[in-house]
Amino acid sequence: MNVVEASGLGKRYGRTWALRECTLEIPAGRVTALVGPNGAGKSTLLNLAVGLAAPSAGQVTVLGGRRAGSPAALDGIAFVAQDTPVYKGLSVADMVYVARSLNRRFDRPYAKARLDELGIPLKRRAGKLSGGQQAQLALTLALARRPRLLVLDEPVAMLDPIARHDFMATVLAAAATDGVSVLLSSHVLTELERVASYLILLSRGQVRLAGAVDDLLATHGQASLEELAMAYLRETTLEVPR
Amino acid sequence: MTAPATRARPDSEGEARLRPVPWRRMAGVAWRQHRIALAAVAVLLGALSVLLWVLGSPVHHDWAAAVACHPASSAACQELAATFNGSWNLMSVVSSLLQLVPALIGAFVGAPVLARELETGTFRYAWTQGFGRCRWALAKLVGLAVVLAAAGAAFGLLVSWCFQPYFAAGNQNLGLYGNSQLVGLFSLREVTFPAWTLAAFAVGALAGMLIRRVVPAIAATLAVYTGLAIAAAAFLREHYLAPLVTSNPNVPGTAWIIGQWWTKDGRFAFADNPPGNIVTQFCNFPPPGAGGPGAGQKGGTAAGSFPTLPQCLGPHGYLQWTSYQPATRFWPFQWIEGGWLLALSALLIAATIGLVHRRAA
Repeated sequence: MNVVEASGLGKRYGRTWALRECTLEIPAGRVTALVGPNGAGKSTLLNLAVGLAAPSAGQVTVLGGRRAGSPAALDGIAFVAQDTPVYKGLSVADMVYVARSLNRRFDRPYAKARLDELGIPLKRRAGKLSGGQQAQLALTLALARRPRLLVLDEPVAMLDPIARHDFMATVLAAAATDGVSVLLSSHVLTELERVASYLILLSRGQVRLAGAVDDLLATHGQASLEELAMAYLRETTLEVPR
Repeated sequence: MTAPATRARPDSEGEARLRPVPWRRMAGVAWRQHRIALAAVAVLLGALSVLLWVLGSPVHHDWAAAVACHPASSAACQELAATFNGSWNLMSVVSSLLQLVPALIGAFVGAPVLARELETGTFRYAWTQGFGRCRWALAKLVGLAVVLAAAGAAFGLLVSWCFQPYFAAGNQNLGLYGNSQLVGLFSLREVTFPAWTLAAFAVGALAGMLIRRVVPAIAATLAVYTGLAIAAAAFLREHYLAPLVTSNPNVPGTAWIIGQWWTKDGRFAFADNPPGNIVTQFCNFPPPGAGGPGAGQKGGTAAGSFPTLPQCLGPHGYLQWTSYQPATRFWPFQWIEGGWLLALSALLIAATIGLVHRRAA
């Protein structure tokens, strides 16, 4: 099964195409990294996949053919948006309540145990938590939904190195032990090195490279994901005359 | 990092038959998210209720004393009546200030509902939950609207009670109409108060969705609301029902005069008051400035020996016509205003949800 399938997918904002002619299949059971420079269309692709945005062209389905944004799709996908927005005025306990109320499935014992483990007090207002704790809260609420696909948009961009490490560890644990498919975007390549087994390289609104990391490294003769991505990004940047 | 212990794999039931998250769950969510705004509304209306009670009780007392006093022409009774009439000085200010309340409630509760989510980015969270974004918006907006309308209706009842003595003093019916100081109260009664509150809320919700920022959305809501309220009072209200037309000069004093004009021998002659040359030609008034009754269209009681305009112009073929809304239409007009505001609010909320549906993040 593919967790995301896009064909001819495009998204236009005004006259600019944020994403063009995007055709790809993201297999289930993997941690997929969506890589590309700022403005490459990463967020746009993720927004389309979670149903926040509607395609201007083509189509995108998730979780084996469900229309993105349909009730069945929403039910199986948990999304943590860029800058991990939380309701700053609500307490952590209220955030848990809201997440539980808005979903058919919610593993409250898991959420409580996890927050306890992270040392995030339930009574604390979400806005008073540190950036790392807010990110962990958002991630915990997402995982407690028991999603089949976890989508993370630049999850660690704003975090310090330790918070980054902890966050990615939680993601990896979920992927490894629960079999949650993960799709995450980032421009911090080093973070992806340890986690991603599938890579999609976007630049200027188009898919430049997609495939299993091992295959890509073997075919392109690069030692690491970072080198591969860098090589490709340089290439694609040079390819298009300014 | 230990992994969670319980492994509830997503059930693979028929996806088409996925049972939606129950509506009632939004009640707790909306309450947690908007409790500060709702508490502020409760405090505002609570404080104003106390104020109306404190001010209204002596008004009722003064009115009862004035009514019970016999004989009415005695000096003591005149004084009681004057006391009651004097109370309007303060109460008219109160009634003016109350005009702001539906607008404030609607704007401060309605505008942030979507604007805050869009401004802080939390809509990306809310709209990707299993509940579904259109259902989420519908549940929130309708739920809050019902709560505000109920609070508004209760408060409107209190306003009606508080100002009842003035209505009872023969002005009840003037409460509808433009020629009374009580006209402002028309939009604060038990039908219209919740309706205007609802309209302000709906305008706020849509403004928040369009503007996407809380403070500008509140400002826009107040501006639109003001325009709507002025338009309703100045232009719309008089057309709720076709006015009655009569050539009888003795239109009831409680009626709302919409227009007056004159005909001569069955054909339109002039609008409003007759031109001066006709008056001087046919009516034997003292020269202007000498303290005559002027254009006493209503058939003056104080005119004494002077004839009224219909009286002196009538024999020359002139007939005065008056179109007016009779006082008995007060409650029909209340319901008509409540009805169109409810319809407008429903339309605005539907448009807001349509935008939520279409909005591309």
